[in-house]
Amino acid sequence: MGAIEFHFEDFEPGRVFTLASAEVTAEAIIAFAAEFDPQPMHLSEEAGKASILGGLSASGWHTASLFMRMMYDGWLARSSSEGSPGIEFMEWKKPVLAGDTLSGRSTVIEARALRSKPGIGLVKFLHEVENQHGTVVMRGENPIMMRLRTPSNVMAEVQA
Amino acid sequence: MRLIELAPPGEKVVTGTMLFTPDDIIRFAKQFDPQPFHVDAQAAKDYVFGALCASGWHTCAGWMKTFLSYWSAESTRLISEGHVPPKLGPSPGFQKLQWLRPVYAGDSITYSVTMVDSRPLATRPGTFINRTINEGANQDGQLVMRYEGSVLEFE
Repeated sequence: MGAIEFHFEDFEPGRVFTLASAEVTAEAIIAFAAEFDPQPMHLSEEAGKASILGGLSASGWHTASLFMRMMYDGWLARSSSEGSPGIEFMEWKKPVLAGDTLSGRSTVIEARALRSKPGIGLVKFLHEVENQHGTVVMRGENPIMMRLRTPSNVMAEVQA
Repeated sequence: MRLIELAPPGEKVVTGTMLFTPDDIIRFAKQFDPQPFHVDAQAAKDYVFGALCASGWHTCAGWMKTFLSYWSAESTRLISEGHVPPKLGPSPGFQKLQWLRPVYAGDSITYSVTMVDSRPLATRPGTFINRTINEGANQDGQLVMRYEGSVLEFE
């Protein structure tokens, strides 16, 4: 990671961070599925068309992993991220098909400093990923641990 | 047959084990999650996790991989015994995913699935939604990952 631009204190509720866009190729869909999710609709156009997904479609875990990369390239690499304890929910709302271009955003829902980990705060985001038609294909909420710019910042405590 | 007949609620089924080598961890992370603690063993020492560890998405993908391997063998077994295996479809999502402990380089994660319940979808006759608890534990028996999964099933 390069220079850190966003610390815990910069994640004010309501602030929106843009995800990088990503193209989803047939080759990438098939490569991911062959390793982790070898179901027919993720491996061939024909099987995808025959399924309720309507075409060669990415594994949901592939879409989630791509979202991670879009977030990293979009803003996470410039943040003081220390990783995440989990995902509160994630919805795969529409199929992600070969040839789609994904984009999206992370919106800050809340931020609170962690008493259990001095110098670290937890920032909760709503993430939305959409395709080139503006249709949301995946959305979810998750908290990410962020280092404080000023570890002794008592104001961070009251942002909870 | 229906999944609920095959997998009674509360009964944990072990689906398989996956070894997380440093190379696999770094290869996945370079593609999808290149944070320092997932791609650089030296740099990882300066972060909360303290050592090279797998992207949480890699840990999740491992659950899917072992489940499908298990399901393929289970379907073959059912057919050989004269049954029609449950027809599973896509998943609409998951919730309460917890990465409880880092998956460090060299860890072997054993995955499992436990049926919670199954109910018909009002909007789509002949389709059911199954909810499951999906888990992964390391070689010391410590849970590293847990989430509530869901999968569609067709009559």
